[in-house]
Amino acid sequence: MKRLAYIGVFEHEADLLQAIRESRELGLEIVDAHSPYPIHGIDELMGIRRSRLTIVCFCGCLTGLIIGLWFQYWSSATDWPLNIGGKPFDSLPAFIPVGFEMTVLLGGLSTALFLFIRSKLWPGKKSRAIGGVTDERFALVIARKDANLAMAEVPELLHRHGAVDVRQELGQ
Amino acid sequence: MATKGQVGSATPVPLIEGDKSCGQVTRDVCGPLERGPTKLWWWAFLCAASVLALGAWAVWYQIATGIGTWGLNRTVGWGFDITNFVFWVGIGHAGTLISAVLLLFRQKWRTSINRSAEAMTIFAVICAGLYPVIHMGRPWLAYWVFPYPNFRGPLWVNWRSALLWDVFAIGTYFTISLVFWYVGLIPDLATIRDRAKGLRKKIFGFFSLGWDGSARTWSRYEMACILLASLATPLVVSVHSVVSTDFATSLVPGWHTTVLPPYFVIGAVFSGFAMVLMLMLIARKVMSFEEYITKVHIGAMCKIIVFTGSIVGLAYGTELFTAWYSGSEYEQFAFANRVRGPMGWAYAIMVLCNVVAPQLLWSRKIRSSLGAVFAITVLVNIGMWFERFVIIAGSLQRDYLPSAWSTYTPTLVEFGALIGGFGLFFTLFLLFCRFMPMISMCEIKTVISGDGYGGDHSGGDSEERSVA
Repeated sequence: MKRLAYIGVFEHEADLLQAIRESRELGLEIVDAHSPYPIHGIDELMGIRRSRLTIVCFCGCLTGLIIGLWFQYWSSATDWPLNIGGKPFDSLPAFIPVGFEMTVLLGGLSTALFLFIRSKLWPGKKSRAIGGVTDERFALVIARKDANLAMAEVPELLHRHGAVDVRQELGQ
Repeated sequence: MATKGQVGSATPVPLIEGDKSCGQVTRDVCGPLERGPTKLWWWAFLCAASVLALGAWAVWYQIATGIGTWGLNRTVGWGFDITNFVFWVGIGHAGTLISAVLLLFRQKWRTSINRSAEAMTIFAVICAGLYPVIHMGRPWLAYWVFPYPNFRGPLWVNWRSALLWDVFAIGTYFTISLVFWYVGLIPDLATIRDRAKGLRKKIFGFFSLGWDGSARTWSRYEMACILLASLATPLVVSVHSVVSTDFATSLVPGWHTTVLPPYFVIGAVFSGFAMVLMLMLIARKVMSFEEYITKVHIGAMCKIIVFTGSIVGLAYGTELFTAWYSGSEYEQFAFANRVRGPMGWAYAIMVLCNVVAPQLLWSRKIRSSLGAVFAITVLVNIGMWFERFVIIAGSLQRDYLPSAWSTYTPTLVEFGALIGGFGLFFTLFLLFCRFMPMISMCEIKTVISGDGYGGDHSGGDSEERSVA
């Protein structure tokens, strides 16, 4: 479904944050905000939930640990047990370093992979970045949530908070 | 609105000089990449590439002829080659420390140097990884170190060997460092993409993954960075500990000590910081980043060098004390031999460069003299190379029975491989300076906007945050 959206471009972080606050108070739906650097406190202001990457990372680490330890055990105690210096086939203490490295490896890779998947980032993806947001500008994208609010007020709101450019766009 | 940093002096001084705006940061960092390479860059690149070519020749000659082109013998089986390996792995450690540990500790001064320090880590690990492969003599069989299904049983690798732990430690370290570096680069690649035209736009567009600075992405991105840093921190400790077990789990007197893992890790941090500081001193001049890499940064790194250098000194002392206190005559001999034996000269260089020289950095006058700091960082790098050489070749020369003792004289081919490593490192680093944003723009913008990276605003540094 195509929705009407307004894009306001700001020069200052503070203006963007004020505009976000007022838009939310008015019940407007904020599609997204764009900035050249991560703004502290914007998550709470926009109502963004805490990322669940930690869970992914933990599961990745756990998988790595289990695979690492199990594979070492299986290959040296089950598949082809070899007597090396009279050491036990299941030399668990000697398996710890590789087990640890596998933990970190899978934990790190799964975190990065999930970040890319969840944020829809992939190589060669065509950028739709709003002009200047990777340099020094801040942008706010507002869409209509319900029919109960006049979208016509949005440009005025954005201008009032110091937007240097306000555009209308049909998105998503 | 420069942020006040507490590092470097009692009175707060700006972390980034010159009252920069976000746009200015973009222009300052991207500018040198968009202009053509300078004459100075070409000269440096030519020098580095020639040294690399010399190293490549030495390695090719060794592989084509055989490992006998080296000065190794039956007693001294590890010489220059493994010394270089341990040296380069150590160099890499500072990059991870700056990017991961200082991120977790919310040290804002890291933002100017973390990008290049991380790049340095990756290049150093590449250099390090090459040496054991060359040392195999038949490098085309290097894949044998991996546990892959094969038709020999399948015959699996020996999981109890410290050398195999190395394969996993270095492999994981390289992969995670690369991922961390790349994730950190994405927003800056997007900045370059949005400024570039033509082919450059296409290339940077491909690698910037369609980044658009969305607040939701930033939120996840910051979480991912914290998680990767938390993983990289124990990883960096594990890597050099594992490298030290190559020696510590053996029976060679002088190697078989429990102090080796912490001794190696702190030595790695020490040498790595010296290398980072050396590169930064060059880079700030060549790329004119004096306002980004300020005396605050140099002072902070000097303090870390003097701190870690003192711990290294303590480790040397502990080693000697433990040998004496053990009452074991063989252990005592091993260390007496280290200090006064045929390689006593190398031990003297090591102590002078690693323990004595960095102590000069206690003086503020010396810390603020760039020439003196540069000289000390070079000395530390020389000293740390000799530390590994003393431990490895020095211990092997006098191992068990006197009848098996021998001496080790490196050949020109080994010297070629040694300097070739530096050639490769500097060639890669110069290419990086030329094509990639050397300073993390998005993190500098966070700092100058008055908020520390990661959102700590309890330190009283964020007086400029104008959000009500």
